[in-house]
Amino acid sequence: MSAEIILSQVFNGLSLSSILLLIGLGLSITFGIMGVINFAHGEFLMIGAYTAYILQKVFVGQDGGTYFLFSLPLAFLVAGGIGFLLEKSLIRFLYGRPYESILATWGLSLILQQMARNIFGANNVEVTAPEWLRGGITLMEGLRLPYNRLFIMAIALLSVAGMYIYLYRSTGGRRMRAVMQNRDMSACMGIKTRSVDSLTFSIGCGLAGIAGSAVSLLGSIGPSTGQNYIIDAFMVVVLGGVGNLAGTIAGAVMIGIASPLFEFITTSSMGKVIVFALVIVFLQWKPSGLFALKTRSLD
Amino acid sequence: MLVARRSLCLLRYMIVLAILFAGLMLQSGRIDAADKEPIKVGVLHSLSGTMSISEVAVKDATLMAIDEINAKGGLLGRRIVPIVEDGASDWPTFAEKAKKLILRDKVAVVFGCWTSASRKAVLPVFEKYDHLLFYPVQYEGLEASKNIIYTGAAPNQQIMPAVSWLLKQGYKKFYLLGSDYVFPRTANLIIKKQLKAEGGTVVGEEYTPLGHTEYSTVISKIKAARPDVIFNTLNGDSNVAFFKQLRAAGITAKDIPVMSVSIAEHELIGIGAENAEGHLAAWNYFMSMKTPENEVFVKNYKARYGQDRVTDDPIEAGYFGVYLWAEAVKKAGTTDVKKVREALRGIKFKAPEGWVTIDPTNNHTWKIVQIGRIRKDGQFDIIWSSGKPVKPEPFPPLVSKKKVIAPGKIVNR
Repeated sequence: MSAEIILSQVFNGLSLSSILLLIGLGLSITFGIMGVINFAHGEFLMIGAYTAYILQKVFVGQDGGTYFLFSLPLAFLVAGGIGFLLEKSLIRFLYGRPYESILATWGLSLILQQMARNIFGANNVEVTAPEWLRGGITLMEGLRLPYNRLFIMAIALLSVAGMYIYLYRSTGGRRMRAVMQNRDMSACMGIKTRSVDSLTFSIGCGLAGIAGSAVSLLGSIGPSTGQNYIIDAFMVVVLGGVGNLAGTIAGAVMIGIASPLFEFITTSSMGKVIVFALVIVFLQWKPSGLFALKTRSLD
Repeated sequence: MLVARRSLCLLRYMIVLAILFAGLMLQSGRIDAADKEPIKVGVLHSLSGTMSISEVAVKDATLMAIDEINAKGGLLGRRIVPIVEDGASDWPTFAEKAKKLILRDKVAVVFGCWTSASRKAVLPVFEKYDHLLFYPVQYEGLEASKNIIYTGAAPNQQIMPAVSWLLKQGYKKFYLLGSDYVFPRTANLIIKKQLKAEGGTVVGEEYTPLGHTEYSTVISKIKAARPDVIFNTLNGDSNVAFFKQLRAAGITAKDIPVMSVSIAEHELIGIGAENAEGHLAAWNYFMSMKTPENEVFVKNYKARYGQDRVTDDPIEAGYFGVYLWAEAVKKAGTTDVKKVREALRGIKFKAPEGWVTIDPTNNHTWKIVQIGRIRKDGQFDIIWSSGKPVKPEPFPPLVSKKKVIAPGKIVNR
């Protein structure tokens, strides 16, 4: 194996890590704070991807492709907004009932997929990358870093930085962490846990929306796009340990680096099997993931 | 006396009534003859679920052909009435609906199916009731039922000529990439044997799960293997991700061309033609063909279903299949399934792609083979053509020891 192949595999691994990180981030905080296993998380990703598609339909060819930058915050707002409405109307009845939450959010995921099918048609649609995201930097012969993947890495880093600042440097974030660590005690201390919940869920969905508009650069988007990513996202969250940034990052990087490696030395199907098997083995050893948060709570 | 006369009167009365009634009966009989019972035909495609994307367009073409025949006075003076059923992308549903069309609706023929899995599911039904199915899609071969007319390509009418053409162009090192299911694996089996026989090599073979979207590692492997050409049997959305990421990795058709056998005009809409520009595909029909029949076909199809619609190989096969059947019904003078099947042997029709003929022994179709290069507008430049229709061989000698000697009769070579 030559140097440029090894380097490009490392790059592919980091690129996959950044995608997994974007998707896992939102899932991790809703899972961690609210105890709701959100199977519809992938559909918020799909909503974000369609947001990018609509924006492209409206603005294509008008401003040299800067519209794509706006699709990111817009996808955050649209997916977050829909998440907010669903939290108020459905999810809040499921707190503390993980089994019902699996069924209900799975049903929700089917409903959202069918709605997308009715609105946008069963055919997949394509988001054309703007001119400045095509091509890539050629570092050496045979090693080329595509701009769109570098761009996705940058978005992932910005999202993580944003979440870090919010969680650890703001009042809202402190409340959120408090609720995560001990819901009843937080409520006693005067934190409105209900509004923390709906805000958390909206942010989680919004992050999935950003992930969606980012991955629209890599493949086509359709009503079932979210399904392609949801299992990987759960794997990241379970491996990393629920509800903390460091765990999600570690989980995403580990799976992101391992998948292309095993895929390269075996085949695509086999690579996936090996990664799954390793995660299962790992969880036997550390059942609560790499970074267990709730070690001192009694629930 | 009085009573007798009265009864006579009644008798006369009844006779008159009876004559009148008989006359009426006769009259209504004549009305029936003028407006004969329509011919029912079944159309069985997935109108919902994942396959609907492709199959709805084929169903549309089949219905268009039926309406065209009706507009010209129907068949044997009778109208053709299509009964459309939804296979719902679910193979047992296909079998169930086929049974319903044959037993309850008593159709004269069924047009339908796309995936090999759905065809394999309905095959026993058509064989059990000794009925007739027109199947419009290219497939992996190794099948020849007397109850199915295959209007798509056999392997020697698409995959094998594409490989031979590539070798002739000087592309010797092949990378085989496909989705992980029966068609790509069978196709690659044939390709590997062919390369061995004709002097090419396989430098890599990779299967990805259906719906796979992360191709960066596969692309790294391709880079490491340095093939002359990639032979692509990926199916569905994976194609979009693959072509987009291949382009982003800086590999263009000039560096390593991709030859595909599952990407037609219809699929290019989803892939984005600019991502696949310059790459190759092998088919029997392209929308850009210049035959007079094709120009009329494309014009009518767009007028009927919308100017943004495209035609492609399976759509065209779904269209001319109806005409082949109609020709056979005319020749047989009846819609009786067995007689029509006999009449179908060797039947010809001038389709949009040119003359197509049902092979008298194996029920597959003689078709022209062509290779196209993808243009920026999602159409193909035709860069090679077999010139004349190629005899179908459902059991390529390279991979099979069997051969067909009569419809449904398969023996060892």
